[in-house]
Amino acid sequence: MTGILSLTTYAPLIGVAAILLLRFVGKGDEARATSAARWIALATTLATFALSVLLVMSFDRTQSGFQFTEDAAWFSGLHYHMGVDGISVLFLLLTAFLMPICILASWRSIETRVIEYMIAFLVLESLVIGVFCALDLLVFYLFFEAQLIPMFLIIGIWGGKNRIYAAFKFFLYTLLGSVLMLAAVLAMISIAHTASIPELMRYHFAPGVQVWLWLAFFASFAVKMPMWPVHTWLPDAHVEAPTAGSVILAGILIKMGGYGFMRFSLPMFPIASHQFAPLIYTLSVIAIVYTSLVAFRQTDMKKLIAYSSVAHMGFVTMAIFSGTLQGEQGALFQMLSHGVISGALFLCVGVVYDRMHTREIAFYGGVVNRMPIYAAVFMLFTMGNVGLPGTSGFVGEILTLTGTYGASTWTAIIATSGVILSAVYALTLYRRIVFGELTNPALATIGDMGGREILVFAPLILATLVLGFQPGLVFSFTNASTVHLVDAFRAATGK
Amino acid sequence: MTFPNAAALAGPELILAISALAMLAWGAFQARTTTLFTAAAVAALILAAVAAAFGPHGRAFSGGLIADAGSAFAKVVIYLASAIAIPLGERWFARRGMARFEFPILVLLAALGMGMMVSAGDLISLYVSIELQSLALYILAAFHKDDEKSSEAGLKYFVLGALSSGILLYGASLIYGFAGSTRFEVIATAMTHGAGLGALFGLVFVIAGLAFKVSAAPFHMWTPDVYEGAPTPVVGFFAGAPKLAAMVLLARVLSQAFGDSVGQWRQILVVMALLSVAVGAFAGLAQSNLKRLWAYSSIAGIGYALVGLAAGGASGIQSMLMFMVLYVVDVTGFFACLAALSRGGKPMESIADFAGLVKERRALAISMTVFALSGIGLPPLSGLWGKYYVFKAAAGAGLAPVAVAALVGSVVAAFYYLRLIKVMWLDPSPGVTDAPPMEAKLVTYGAALFALPVVWIALIYLDPLAQAAAVALSLR
Repeated sequence: MTGILSLTTYAPLIGVAAILLLRFVGKGDEARATSAARWIALATTLATFALSVLLVMSFDRTQSGFQFTEDAAWFSGLHYHMGVDGISVLFLLLTAFLMPICILASWRSIETRVIEYMIAFLVLESLVIGVFCALDLLVFYLFFEAQLIPMFLIIGIWGGKNRIYAAFKFFLYTLLGSVLMLAAVLAMISIAHTASIPELMRYHFAPGVQVWLWLAFFASFAVKMPMWPVHTWLPDAHVEAPTAGSVILAGILIKMGGYGFMRFSLPMFPIASHQFAPLIYTLSVIAIVYTSLVAFRQTDMKKLIAYSSVAHMGFVTMAIFSGTLQGEQGALFQMLSHGVISGALFLCVGVVYDRMHTREIAFYGGVVNRMPIYAAVFMLFTMGNVGLPGTSGFVGEILTLTGTYGASTWTAIIATSGVILSAVYALTLYRRIVFGELTNPALATIGDMGGREILVFAPLILATLVLGFQPGLVFSFTNASTVHLVDAFRAATGK
Repeated sequence: MTFPNAAALAGPELILAISALAMLAWGAFQARTTTLFTAAAVAALILAAVAAAFGPHGRAFSGGLIADAGSAFAKVVIYLASAIAIPLGERWFARRGMARFEFPILVLLAALGMGMMVSAGDLISLYVSIELQSLALYILAAFHKDDEKSSEAGLKYFVLGALSSGILLYGASLIYGFAGSTRFEVIATAMTHGAGLGALFGLVFVIAGLAFKVSAAPFHMWTPDVYEGAPTPVVGFFAGAPKLAAMVLLARVLSQAFGDSVGQWRQILVVMALLSVAVGAFAGLAQSNLKRLWAYSSIAGIGYALVGLAAGGASGIQSMLMFMVLYVVDVTGFFACLAALSRGGKPMESIADFAGLVKERRALAISMTVFALSGIGLPPLSGLWGKYYVFKAAAGAGLAPVAVAALVGSVVAAFYYLRLIKVMWLDPSPGVTDAPPMEAKLVTYGAALFALPVVWIALIYLDPLAQAAAVALSLR
């Protein structure tokens, strides 16, 4: 099965080539090229999803090491090195799973420059999958950093009113984090004389060096995650991005921060990770409590969900640096589950936004009278966001909390209040939009979800419930690799 | 060393010098320029590049001329960049009714000077080659002689350039006085025997003089004015190759004559590098003219290259060479793109002129986006690889804090590149652009294609070549 990783990574680019080719062949007929671009993008993302399912099916769950590896020497000591383990393989699946949904969700809501839009999304998918497969530091950096370009264009071209500001803020924030990471990457290559991630995991950096490297990687991943206080780009970017852009941003892009912590910070700089754990706990707890309160006061639906994302990522960061098995498993699960749930919530916002073109919470109220199916779907994902047992949100929250409890009791206790706070803001949002009487006359004609929208939500509903009732499915994949990660971390820190 | 051997070592120089003189006579009789005339100049440059690439290695003229892997590498790049500049400039001037036969000859003479710079083995040939190159460039800057700004650019370039040459010459005389020789290897020996402080004092002046030529802060003041005033294709020419030549010369002086004093000159380079990055980033934010903006961008670029050079050793020089080569391609493509664009006969120079370009000139706008993103150093474009080499060398030489500071500067600079992209992609277009000329389009597309996919393969070949060149340059 060698080569399947590269095939999955670059499959979306084949779609890009097809779109460009059709555009040149069918010159002049803009409407046909547009519709062809939509169908090609959908077909490509579905094919990529099929490939990733195949990949996951043939993945050996008992191994903790990297599988499907590809390695070819490049230049100046760099290698084109790809491979997945239990930590990364499910992110690959999540990415390929969310992409067709994004394309479907943009089917009618994007009307301008559709061809460019589809190309941007396909390129983005290719780069995201590459991030999760890269086993060479510099190849990782290439995929990680290159995403700024399509994402900048997605926010900047197809975004809302204030899109330019949001796109610049997103770009510059992330770039500042990543250049520091680039400096650390180059320092690591010149110290260890290798850029191979598996070899670097075995390399022992001196504790003093670890501190600096850890801080540089932290700068990048904390911005990406995002952690308080460098989260301020996220609400802006979410509010201005088109719906599918928000789904990708919340569903996948910010997960790369958590993935980076687990792939680099913890195994490569264990001593520094241990040393800085209190800092992470503090920032995570602030993120959980503070941004939950901020979320409660929002008047814009997307902003509220964006802040809730920051709070949920707080659970992930504290669990990762707890260094316990439940913590790591929980963090991974929480990221996957949040990818599905937050993506679905942004889509829920998109459904009413496409109809009314406003995200003001006060504009809505009583939509249950006109949109019963929508109300039910929105309810499920609100409950998932709150962490109701039976949904995937519950498993992630309970595991991250137990994992952290073993490492830092106080952190876990304060963080638990976040569970209650999330119920407060999420249920309030739901009540104000869905329940009550239809008071706004503009809503009198709003229609319920159509067939395409139901099709978009169906896989998300299924995923939320399956993960909620059968979390073992995920753990069977992640177990071997996380056990290995935790053992190595314990051995290095002597705990 | 017999004369035939020396002549073989100086092959590229002889080809260029003889062609330039012969073409001068030819042009004087013909009194106008023709396609054949331009083609002859390009052919001479390509021939010289071939001679440099495959010619023998060694020293000639009492060590005044060094032909080695380092000079060959730089010469090929310089001659090819000059060869591209000739048709670009020729057609540009022709469209404005100013085509003159002196243009290709001046480019040939500048290329000759630059080739001699990278081969210089003593202070005399260093000075003579710099002057040859500079004098040709001063005239080129003022070539648009009916244009006030072009004349101003030429004059400014000349006055400040002469001043810097004076400083350089003063430094060279100090070095000669204290070391007792003008030859690099003898100076190096003298330095180990305690020629010491006086020669180092001279070195500071030499570095200052060369810093002017590469427009490193704090000797960068001429750059924005000259870039703004000089004809666009000429700017594309002297923003690239001459800087590479001066950087290679600086590398050779520093490592072959003053290799043992690395602790001393490194401090100077680090300060200049950080100042250049800061000036390039912050002053660039305030620019509304794209040529001025790119002047500041080039100042920042030289800052990065200096970081690589400050790292010292073969890896430092290699990083500088890689950075400069990728930079030369980018900047050539950028100014070709700028030369290709005009609205209603008026050249597009202010950033606002580029509004909505992607709707009108899609391919050119995408190329421009590629150059801007490459300037930020974003993957997967070639700019990243320049930074990769430079900062890896810096990290390896214990200059990690310098690398971090320079990288943070690049984030500030990212803002103005992004603003250009935003204007091109997101703003509404004010009108129609003129049909872009073919040769400028070709150069633009070529450079853009190099920056995106081609570089990925080219690096596999460039990397060992630059390494061999760097080893040669760092050897005494």
